[in-house]
Amino acid sequence: MSTVVMARRGAPANLITQGVRRVGYEIRGYTRSFETVFFTFLFPILMLGLFSVVFGGDGATSYGPGLPAIPAVQMYLPGLLAAGVLLSGLQNLAIDIALERHDGTLKRLGGTPLAPVSYFIGKIGQVLATAIAQVIALLLFAVFVLGATLPDTVDAWMTFAWVFLLGLSTSALLGIAISAIPRSTRGASAVVIPVVLILQFISGVYMFFWLLPEWLQNVANLLPLAWMAKGMRAVFLPPEYAALEQNGQWDLGMTAIVLAIWLVVGLVLSRVTFRWIRRDA
Amino acid sequence: MGDAGPAQWPLVREWLTRNAGGMENDAVRVRNLRKTYGSRAAVDDVSFEISAGETFALLGPNGAGKSTTVEILEGYRRRTSGEVDVLGVDPNHGGLDWKSRLGIVLQSTGNAATFTVREQLRQFAGYYPRARDVEEVIAAVGLQEKANTRIAKLSGGQQRRVDVALGIIGSPELLFLDEPTTGFDPQARREFWALIKRLQNDGTTILLTTHYLDEAAQLADRVAVIDRGRLQAIGPVATFGGDQARMPVVSWTEAGTRYQERVARPAEFVRALVERLGGEPEDVEIRRPSLEDIYLEMVTEAADESVVPSAAATDTEVSA
Repeated sequence: MSTVVMARRGAPANLITQGVRRVGYEIRGYTRSFETVFFTFLFPILMLGLFSVVFGGDGATSYGPGLPAIPAVQMYLPGLLAAGVLLSGLQNLAIDIALERHDGTLKRLGGTPLAPVSYFIGKIGQVLATAIAQVIALLLFAVFVLGATLPDTVDAWMTFAWVFLLGLSTSALLGIAISAIPRSTRGASAVVIPVVLILQFISGVYMFFWLLPEWLQNVANLLPLAWMAKGMRAVFLPPEYAALEQNGQWDLGMTAIVLAIWLVVGLVLSRVTFRWIRRDA
Repeated sequence: MGDAGPAQWPLVREWLTRNAGGMENDAVRVRNLRKTYGSRAAVDDVSFEISAGETFALLGPNGAGKSTTVEILEGYRRRTSGEVDVLGVDPNHGGLDWKSRLGIVLQSTGNAATFTVREQLRQFAGYYPRARDVEEVIAAVGLQEKANTRIAKLSGGQQRRVDVALGIIGSPELLFLDEPTTGFDPQARREFWALIKRLQNDGTTILLTTHYLDEAAQLADRVAVIDRGRLQAIGPVATFGGDQARMPVVSWTEAGTRYQERVARPAEFVRALVERLGGEPEDVEIRRPSLEDIYLEMVTEAADESVVPSAAATDTEVSA
């Protein structure tokens, strides 16, 4: 009898079914955590509103000699879309999983026949669903309240789709890896949120990337967020604005390469560091 | 590392276990279990068996090695040496199928506080191939009226009942209960005992660790006392501690002084006392030591080898 059960429990189809069952549960947990909803979901939307209004002045501005005039929201939208992807993936999972590790949730799950694979399908599903909802909210807010315009070519939306998905996957995996770092429940948000905030400042989310000192741009270029933001700028800014980039072009190939490298780093680190519990020797 | 010979090959080991005569009735088998942290032995040469369907209580002071032992059996910790067999499987190699046959109520666990009792139980029921009915389990732990309440809003005792509910939702063959009733009021504890007795009737094997000796006396078939990593005593509740430890205590007051004596035949002793005093002795009392008395004496003796027995008996009376 036990062999029959074993076949059923271990079967890939069952692992996926279990994971899918967890997606709804995870989303419900996400929406019920005020801190997550505020600092992960709403934060980029609030910041977009704030920056667009504060730095918006009256109407459209040209941000460089010979560049077409655009409203401030158009300048901030790409960075905050990238920030949203980073928050929904990295900040969300880094804090969420660290909390679950320290409050005993993971230990409890480790004593059940739930497979880690299914647990992660649940997390990834939650990240994907909340990130998509966040993107939609950001775009609707940007267009209908702040007056942004959206690209009208299939090409641009294809670029958007892969930057979004690749950036989100990378962020999520890095988040899982980082969740191993905080040593206490209180440490989780206290460590993760400021670090992520600084990363946003140096990666062209709140301050225009080309205004940063060259060396700081080079530092930020070692990390994934600057490339996610650049990819988003390629989608939402007029093509002439490529002139403001470091070497005068969008460099989408480089975005793909850097994100892919970080994806692999995240995959390896999360695979190596994740445990249901801190198991001693 | 600590394993030797066939134990290194799980399949061979499992075959050997299944085919070893007389062993198939043991749900748990622990042989010379040892767990060290640096030079300190948290568990030192502990051996015991638990038969299928039995309720076994592991008693001992805080830090005695109870939870370490239990967590090794649950697969949470790795042993330094010794043999451990839980439902025919070495916990170091226990897979999902093995876990689906266990129910684990840990000493303290975080609850997914933002979920309601029913949501949490439904979610966990989905993990198990032979899950119990969610509503039945909610009723069994007496949380019908709280089924739609978020776990964070429950009292400590009610949250503990959620832990127990999550432990039994998968119809476990073997249930681990690590100090399950800490924080319960007396009424809740009685209800919990009734629930455990129903599980016992269903044939569930239970490993209980507890601070409450009356709980062990109520629920367990056999008890073991573990202190400073070592097994001090093991046996059925009815005969635990041996004849000497279970010997009745007669106490009385004579000329303002309280006396007590352990005697095998208390009635005869009291009759002799009546004859000697020429009447009813003042405040006479015959007490058979409870499990708690025996336990405390055992642990106190282990802590302080030079303790005078009558002094220990007085202590237990005070704390009983």
